Amino acid sequence: MVKGAESCVPLSEVATSNTHGEDSPYFAGWKAYDEDPYDAASNPAGVIQMGLAENQVSFDLLEKYLDQHPGASGWGCGISGFRENALFQDYHGLQTFRQEMATFMEQIREGRAKFDPERIVLTAGATAANELLTFILADPGDCLLIPTPYYPGFDRDLRWRTGVRIIPVHCSSSNGFQVTLQALEDAYVKAEGMKIRVRGLLLTNPSNPLGTAIARHVLEEVLDFVTQKDIHLISDEIYSGSVFSSDEFVSVAEIVEARGYEDCDRVHIVYSLSKDLGLPGFRVGAIYSYNDRVVTAARRMSSFTLVSSQTQRMLASMLADRGFTENYLKTNRERLKNRRDFITEGLKNAGIECLPGNAGLFCWMNLAPLLEEPTREGELRLWSLIVHEAKLNISPGSSCHCSEAGWFRVCFANMSQQTLEVALRRIKDFMKNMKAKQEK
Amino acid sequence: MGLHVDEHSNYNVLSRIATSDGHGENSSYFDGWKAYDNDPFHPIDNPQGVIQMGLAENQLCLDLMQQWIKQNPQASICTGEGVSEFKDVANFQDYHGLPDFRKAIARFMGKARGGGATFDPERIVMSGGATGAQETIAFCLANPGEAFLIPTPYYPGFDRDFRWRTGVQLLPIQCHSFDNFKITEPALVTAYQRAQTANIRVKGILVTNPSNPLGTTLDRETLRTLVSFANEKRIHLVCDEIFSGTVFDKPTYVSVSEIVEEEPYYDRDLIHIVYSLSKDLGVPGFRVGVIYSYNDAVVSCARKMSSFGLVSTQTQHLLASMLGDDDFTTKFLAESRRRLSRRHKYFTAGLHRVDIKCLESNAGLFCWMNLTHLLNEATVEAELKLWRVIIKEVKLNISPGSSFHCSEPGWFRVCFANMDDNTMETALKRIRKFVSPGNHTAAAQAKKKNKRWDAALRLSLPRRFEELSIMTPRLMSPHSPLVQAAN
Repeated sequence: MVKGAESCVPLSEVATSNTHGEDSPYFAGWKAYDEDPYDAASNPAGVIQMGLAENQVSFDLLEKYLDQHPGASGWGCGISGFRENALFQDYHGLQTFRQEMATFMEQIREGRAKFDPERIVLTAGATAANELLTFILADPGDCLLIPTPYYPGFDRDLRWRTGVRIIPVHCSSSNGFQVTLQALEDAYVKAEGMKIRVRGLLLTNPSNPLGTAIARHVLEEVLDFVTQKDIHLISDEIYSGSVFSSDEFVSVAEIVEARGYEDCDRVHIVYSLSKDLGLPGFRVGAIYSYNDRVVTAARRMSSFTLVSSQTQRMLASMLADRGFTENYLKTNRERLKNRRDFITEGLKNAGIECLPGNAGLFCWMNLAPLLEEPTREGELRLWSLIVHEAKLNISPGSSCHCSEAGWFRVCFANMSQQTLEVALRRIKDFMKNMKAKQEK
Repeated sequence: MGLHVDEHSNYNVLSRIATSDGHGENSSYFDGWKAYDNDPFHPIDNPQGVIQMGLAENQLCLDLMQQWIKQNPQASICTGEGVSEFKDVANFQDYHGLPDFRKAIARFMGKARGGGATFDPERIVMSGGATGAQETIAFCLANPGEAFLIPTPYYPGFDRDFRWRTGVQLLPIQCHSFDNFKITEPALVTAYQRAQTANIRVKGILVTNPSNPLGTTLDRETLRTLVSFANEKRIHLVCDEIFSGTVFDKPTYVSVSEIVEEEPYYDRDLIHIVYSLSKDLGVPGFRVGVIYSYNDAVVSCARKMSSFGLVSTQTQHLLASMLGDDDFTTKFLAESRRRLSRRHKYFTAGLHRVDIKCLESNAGLFCWMNLTHLLNEATVEAELKLWRVIIKEVKLNISPGSSFHCSEPGWFRVCFANMDDNTMETALKRIRKFVSPGNHTAAAQAKKKNKRWDAALRLSLPRRFEELSIMTPRLMSPHSPLVQAAN
């Protein structure tokens, strides 16, 4: 039996590449956490996980709903519909569920945009949605433009199996990392210079890792840019329900409607219930495209990544309860805002500034003043100290392709209030020590 | 907006993958599906409608599962008894999957195969159904342009699953009726050499065991031949064992996993199994696909790729409980086999009475029916002619062998596990009427040349057989109402 570290039988190039991205510090911190996870009672000195953008602040609302509606979301005591549900593998998805998703998306935008259920394609998570769109909109060797800093998972989701490249659109702290027309042009020209065909621009709105909703005028500029260059626009709006003041969120859907649906064949929206509802395990993603051919192609491709019919049915039932969803969205926003205020206050007390933000499950923290040298290496050295001394897993800006060293993403919605307090204390102590070191 | 199509317009142009027909849906085959969708049989509301026999679903034992769920409310996170698990389950997105789920699947896989082999939960990787599993395994093992050999006839969905987005090719190993479509070593060698001559690199072999559409299981000797060939050529062997739990008759099922366990001199790094609960349990909606590889690097890679198609933890949780109930799974598998056997016997006996023979089979949810005697000439054109008659006049949606790349025209796959007894009876009646002698039946008419066809049905003939890739109508995997998808 031939056994060894490396099999003699070749796998594919895709398999042996490291475009899966797991060697990035983004994930290395997770390993540190996995090996020594914090627990208030059993491991109070363990690593606190602040690198995971999960929303755990509103689970009780979901649990309460289910408690009050036992069996309504499942097959119920009569198990009526189990059979049909178990057999249902139509890639159009459950009609009722698609309708509820469309309505939920409208609710989040407070009716400022309309969504047609027939344009919704379901996928097993936004991870799959983003990859699928990339397969549809770009050929191997082509590229997508993405403003930096961006979610590290995109390196895998958009590039790994598709063979498509990412060209960054560099944003700077000088204007709060907003996308500028100049930055867009620069990135486009760079791609042209490298003889790489640009197929689209991908925005995350609200932004991960910045925690900010994109301003209307920026969206208008972006839409003009993609129209002028004749490329696609993907708007990942996975955090749309996590904008603390709902009227501060402008969806690209609103702009499309304001423009009378002119030239909207190029616009595609990605959504998921993983962040807003805090249900990442259920794998519920969606593509909303204004382009009929994209809808058709996406639907066919979704065969590889359908949502469990059991889950579709449960969520269709839950989302149909408008009273519940209204209350959930409102309460969730409030709690996220409170969390954000709490952490930014605590960080301020520790002498740390964050980018002003109004959305998301994280802060974009500025530790540039602490760097020995304003380089990626300097940032990673600091990060290593934070993980191993302060025992906090936070995400270094370089893993998000930030062009300026010293920024870090810190998640605050994936832990209890108490744990957050512990984390803030550690940060404060860490800062004190760092200051003392610097003064020596 | 208007009809102007700008040649240079980027956004009007999608990717090559998106604009190709690698999705497999653009085929005249779908007339059968359309016919069914437009006129679906219902015993009361539409007794003259088309009966769906093109769908390999297992609907015989859903009542057993229903009963279990009723008796085990704690397995659902939506009930009062189970809601306390909701938060942890909903939050869990680790691509290793819930530990109990993996354990339960590993255990069930062993039982479904009759206990001949055991499976390690650590090697279980999730995927979006077997559809997702096949694509993922292709991504892991082969580069664009490289090829896998595959015995004919084979499940048409593979053309999409294995090839569409991966760019990997499928090259046929021709099997023939004179030896019951057995996979022979000479056929393997021929296929391999043909690829070499055409300068195509072969990376592996893909077999389905039990076979779709044949309904037969591979014997030990054939499995050993395959494993040995793979070893000799240093190529992979992927075994799709999706129907392993549907073996209802002798010979006893042998999984490739048994060969692996029995033969230590073969390199197990070459062996990979694809599995799913869609057929054995009859739950295709739950999207539970499994890649089981003996190769650590493949497990690792496939697991990372599983991010694109994880199983909903709600479903993992339910199934962990259900499949963890040993009593239930033992009873379920036994009863399922019993019901399939009964259905199979009844159906094949009914066909036999009107001189229609099926390939002798011991597994699966279908029969491989021989209608070669009804063809006026042994060609694909004649097969498709007959098929159109069967859809339009006999009102049965069955699947023509050419869509499975069968080397001989006149064979049809007929599914029997996706309907109740009465519908089965109705289907048999229609078949009897169709072939009974002395009537001016459509069968007799079909044998005449120059029959004119209803203009509403597209008659789209397949192109001439290419050397290495056969362009024939393709059978989509049976879950898309194509009326909506067609453009």
